[in-house]
Parts: sequence; structure tokens; C-alpha cells
Amino acid sequence: MFPTIIQFIQRAILQGTTLLYGSTGEIITEKSGHLNLGIPGIMYIGAISGVIGGFMYKQSVAQMNTVLALLIPLFSCLLGSLLASLIYCFLTVTLHANQNVTGLALTTFGVGLGNFFGGSLIKLSQNMGSTATSIALTPIAKVYKTKLPFADKLGWFGDIFLSYGFMVYLAVILAVVAALVLNKTRVGLHLRAVGENPATADAAGVPVARYRYLATCIGGMVAGMGGLYYIMDYTNGIWSNNGFGDRGWLAIALVIFAIWRPLRGILGSYLFGALYILFLYVPVSMDKQPLLQMLPYVVTIVVLIFTSIRSKKESQPPAGLGLNYYREER
Amino acid sequence: MTATGHERNQSAKAHVKREPLFHVSKRDRIPLWKSITIRAVAILAALLLSGILTIFLTGENPLAVYKYYFVGAFGSSFKVWNTLQGTAILLGIALALTPAYKMRFWNTGAEGQVLIGCLATAFIMWKVGGTVPDGLLIPLMLLSALAAGILWGVLPAICKAQWGTNETLFTLMMNYVAIQLVECFLKVADKTGSNTVGPNLLKNGWLPKLGGQDYLLNILVVAVLTVIVYVYLKYSKHGYEISVVGESENTARYIGINVKKVIIRTMVLSGALCGLMGFLLVAGTSHSIDSNLVDGRGFTAIMVAWMAKFNPFFMVLASLLLVFLDKGASEVSTRFGLNQDYSEIVTGIILFFLIGCEFFMNYQIHINKSRLPARWRKEAVADKKEVQ
Repeated sequence: MFPTIIQFIQRAILQGTTLLYGSTGEIITEKSGHLNLGIPGIMYIGAISGVIGGFMYKQSVAQMNTVLALLIPLFSCLLGSLLASLIYCFLTVTLHANQNVTGLALTTFGVGLGNFFGGSLIKLSQNMGSTATSIALTPIAKVYKTKLPFADKLGWFGDIFLSYGFMVYLAVILAVVAALVLNKTRVGLHLRAVGENPATADAAGVPVARYRYLATCIGGMVAGMGGLYYIMDYTNGIWSNNGFGDRGWLAIALVIFAIWRPLRGILGSYLFGALYILFLYVPVSMDKQPLLQMLPYVVTIVVLIFTSIRSKKESQPPAGLGLNYYREER
Repeated sequence: MTATGHERNQSAKAHVKREPLFHVSKRDRIPLWKSITIRAVAILAALLLSGILTIFLTGENPLAVYKYYFVGAFGSSFKVWNTLQGTAILLGIALALTPAYKMRFWNTGAEGQVLIGCLATAFIMWKVGGTVPDGLLIPLMLLSALAAGILWGVLPAICKAQWGTNETLFTLMMNYVAIQLVECFLKVADKTGSNTVGPNLLKNGWLPKLGGQDYLLNILVVAVLTVIVYVYLKYSKHGYEISVVGESENTARYIGINVKKVIIRTMVLSGALCGLMGFLLVAGTSHSIDSNLVDGRGFTAIMVAWMAKFNPFFMVLASLLLVFLDKGASEVSTRFGLNQDYSEIVTGIILFFLIGCEFFMNYQIHINKSRLPARWRKEAVADKKEVQ
């Protein structure tokens, strides 16, 4: 019984980490007033960029350097998600395009891009003269999955807290940093002002467009790292088309569950991770399993309704969420 | 925005007081030919970009690539019917969404509303099929599909009307509830674990083939629907109320419109139409169900409706364009051994361009002549004359 519980907690954390990156990124984005429905697409783009970077590196050298094997996928992931976020920002901030439509288009594009390169990378590289027959990034995944020291020596404590790759801890650190920056710094104050009421922020001298660009790009990069984590750590460096599934939308759901607070997002994502895999541990028949997999969404809907009924000031979405700001139209 | 940001930077450096290179202002209205030109340019640019991308990936002659687009969409009578059917379904879902969007109700749940309509249809076919004649079975399927679609649409509407619950996120979540319910049905109905319930289990309740064509009935239903939705939005009292609520809820309240009632009523309609599309999909053509049957069209339809500015007749063109690209790109990917998802990249690119070109329809860019180098000025003036 006890080993099962430890294993359940471990798997919930592993599963939840992807969601944590996504929700932290989306919280940062939404705080600036951007409802970025492109996050699922950006997560795909982040993942595939990391895969492409890692694949290129693996092909080009005989012996991989551990540090580079870690940094190259990470930077290509960041670059890919940055470019994707820039498309979104350019369309919504500079060209005043509708946010929901832009986001959905970005998701279509991103999921397509991910699956396309995931499925064709081998063929494309063969066209360019490579002899690789599969995109096995297992050596890189091994670097990403390196556990903390002593993890095996500390019994259950080590298993629950120390047995993960560095990206699991990085997700928590990023969420904490996001919470600190949003709530304790001037930059965070300005950012929240931009999300709540851009006209007022503008009048106070806050550069609205710059804040929106910055928050959306940083948020996108954080979310993209969720995709990278999923590939390099969770699936051991093996890409499968649509394998990432609906995790991007779940991350957006998590933002509501966390009522736009990154710290609550940490607990929320592990909880969602647990709900996501609960069907493996609860003894129900095969045909009832989907009902358990429905739980995260149902929980989100319930939270959404309750926060709107209670209409407490602290638990509302940013007032300017989803609305573009154009100074001349005030 | 760029211009204004630029302006501030400039004035901050007090010693270089120069006017910005260009500034942007809102247009009052735009003549039809101009908006068509802008869209055409955007579509051409997108095609050019995706063409370049294709050449880069395949190393093929660009003309061959574009030819395969037409072959893929209209290459044989089967392909033409396929394209028309795809257009009809996408258009139908976009039509279903239109009343809601005109009311500024961001229904991102069409995917789920259609899918639950599919599920209700398939469930009745599976459970009741064979025990009653088709004459009774088909109305029963239709009614349950409508009811299911309405339920999925009206729950978020009630919460929105009552407590102001965010409808974008609520309807989005309902999609996944629908998907899991379908998964559950698949496992209950088909014990082999094939993840799809096919025609062998759904034997009864198929809609009749008109003139021997599989898809004709669906196409006709959607064609009629296009006209009905147009008339409903443009000439009925309901349509008027929807557009007032969409423009400003306060105005609507002021002139005595019951906003809550309008929101709920419109979403009942929107959900019912989505349910109808689900019914057509299962009973009319696929005669099978799996959790990916709607295939993202619930989301694509949002972009169709929005790009067409909620005009049902423009929506016909928009959905035809997207389906054409989709079929064409998948032909290209088959021919060149690329992955099928190539078509989604092309769709994404064209959507970006169409979304971006809205800006040039809503706003006018004035280039500041004094900032251009002398030899360009003359041309800029000429350009401006052309624009006006």
C-alpha cells in the first residue's frame, strides 16, 4: 500500500509539472490582460523546438557534452516559444486583432507545426543526407532526468521530494518567482495595472504595449518549457504525435482554479496531475475510466461558477482580460 | 500603437524633436472593393509564404505544388463532393455560432456542442435502432441531438446571465466533458476496444441519400440554414435584440430588452444548431462516432464566422477557402510524403494573415512625408493619392 501511495504522489508531480509550467506562463500572460488561447499551441512549439535542437546537436557530434545536451534543447525551446508569442503579440497589440481568434489560430498552427515536424523530422533529415532512423533523444532525456544526489538513500522522503529531474524544481521556482514579482515589485504592480485597466495605467505613464509584449513573451516561454519538460523528462525524449494531448487546455483551466495566483497554481497543478492519473489507481471498470478523466474539467467548471457567484474582489479575472487597448479609442 | 510609442520615445529626447514616420487613425468605413483587395492581398501573401515553405521542405517546383492544391480539392467528382461536404459542415457550425458571437458571447464550445449532438444521435441509433421503424427513429435521433446541443450551450449561458461567469472558459471546458462522455460510450458500446463505434453497430437510422449522392442532403440543409440565419439576424426582432446586446448591454437594458432572456434564448438556438450539425454528421454521413469526429472544426468555425464579419454569405466563401486549403495541403503532403499535419500549418499561416489584414481595414496609415528621404517623397505622395 505504502509504495503505491509514494508512486502515486510521484506520478502526480511528474504529470502536474507540465501543467505548472503552462499555468504559470498563462497567469503571467493573463495578468497583462491577454487571454492567450494560443498556449496549447505554444507548448507544442516549445516541445518540438527543443526536439529539433536536440536532434540537430545529436546528429552533428559524435560524443555529446552533458552541459550542451541540456542547454541546446532548452535554448531552442525558448527561442521557438518566443517567436510564437511574438506572432500573438504582434497581431493583438500592434495590429489590434481579436485575442480569442488569434489565440485559436496560434493553437491550430502550433499543434500542426509540432505534429508535422515530429512526424517528418526523420524524412526531412534524410533528405538532407542524414542516416538517422529515429528521433531517439534518450541520451538527452537521461541528462534531463538526472536525480538529485542522495535521492536513493533517504527512503520515502527522497522518493517524494528528491527523485526528479531539474525541470520539476525549476517549475516550482518559476512559479514562486512569478508570485514574488507580481505581488512584491513595482514591475508587477505596473503589470497588474495594465491588466486591470490599461487606460488608467497609460495615464499613469506605464508603457502598456511594452508590458503586454513582455508579459506575453515571458509567459509564452515559460509555457513552452512545459512542452520541453514533457518531451525530455516525462516521455524520455520520445515524440509521439498528439501525445501531448489536451494538457495545454488543462493548463488554461488551471489558471482559473488557481484564481490567477501562481502559488496556488503549484498546488493546483499537482492536484490536477493527481486527477489526471487517478483512473489508473481507482479500481473501476474500463468503461468508467473516462468519467474519472473528466474530473479536472468538471472541477474547473465548478470553481469557475463558484468564484463568479461569490464575486469576491480578490478572486476575479483581471478586469481588462481579453480586451485590446488602443489609446486613441478611449 | 507603434506610432504612439515611437512618439513618446522621440519626445523624451527633447533635443531631437521629429515627427514620427507614420501615424495610424481609425477608418470611418471602407469601400467594399478596398476591403476585398486587402483580403485578396493577404490570401495571396499567405499562399506565397506557404508555397515558399513547401518548396523549402520538398524542393519541388512551386507550380506543381499549387497545382496539387486544386487537384486535392477539385481533382475528381468524389473530391468535389468531399470538399462541398466539408464546406457544408464547417459552414453549418459557423452559422450555429454566429448568433452567439453577434451577441459577443464567446462560445468556444462548439466542438463539444456538436460532439454531444453526435453522441446523442449515435446513442439512440445504438440503443433504440432496430426496435422501431426508421420513420420514428430518425425524429427521435434528431430531437435528442438538439436537446443535447441545447443542454451543452445553455448551461454556460445561464451561468453567464445569472452570475456573469466567464463563458469563454466555461464553454471550453464543456468540450472536454463531451469528449470524455464519447470515450465512455465507445468503451460501453464496442467491447473490442477499437476506439470507434462504426456502421456495423449503428445499422439503423441512416438519412436517405438524395439522388444517390451521400452528401447532397447535408449540403442542402446547410444551404437552407444559411438563408434562415441571415434572415433571422437581419430582419427579425430577435436578431435586432441580439445585435443591441452585442453592441452594449447597458443600451439594451435601457431600451427595455431583457438581456438575460436574450443571452439564454440565443444560446439555446446556437446549441440546438450545433446539435443539428452533430446529427447530420453521424446520421447523414459518417454513420460512426469517435472522440475526434468533429476534428477541431468547432474552433475553425469560430474563425470562419469572425473573418466573415458574421455575414452568412461571406461565411460560405470563408469556409470554402479553409476547406480548399485543407484538402489541397493534405494532397500536397500525400504526394510529397509529408506528414498530414502540414495542412494545419498552412491553415494557421492563412489565418494569421487574414487576422492581421483586419488592421488595414479598420485603420488607415498616414505616412509622414517630411520624414522620408527626398527621392522617395514623390512616390509616397503618389501612393497616397492611389489610396484615397
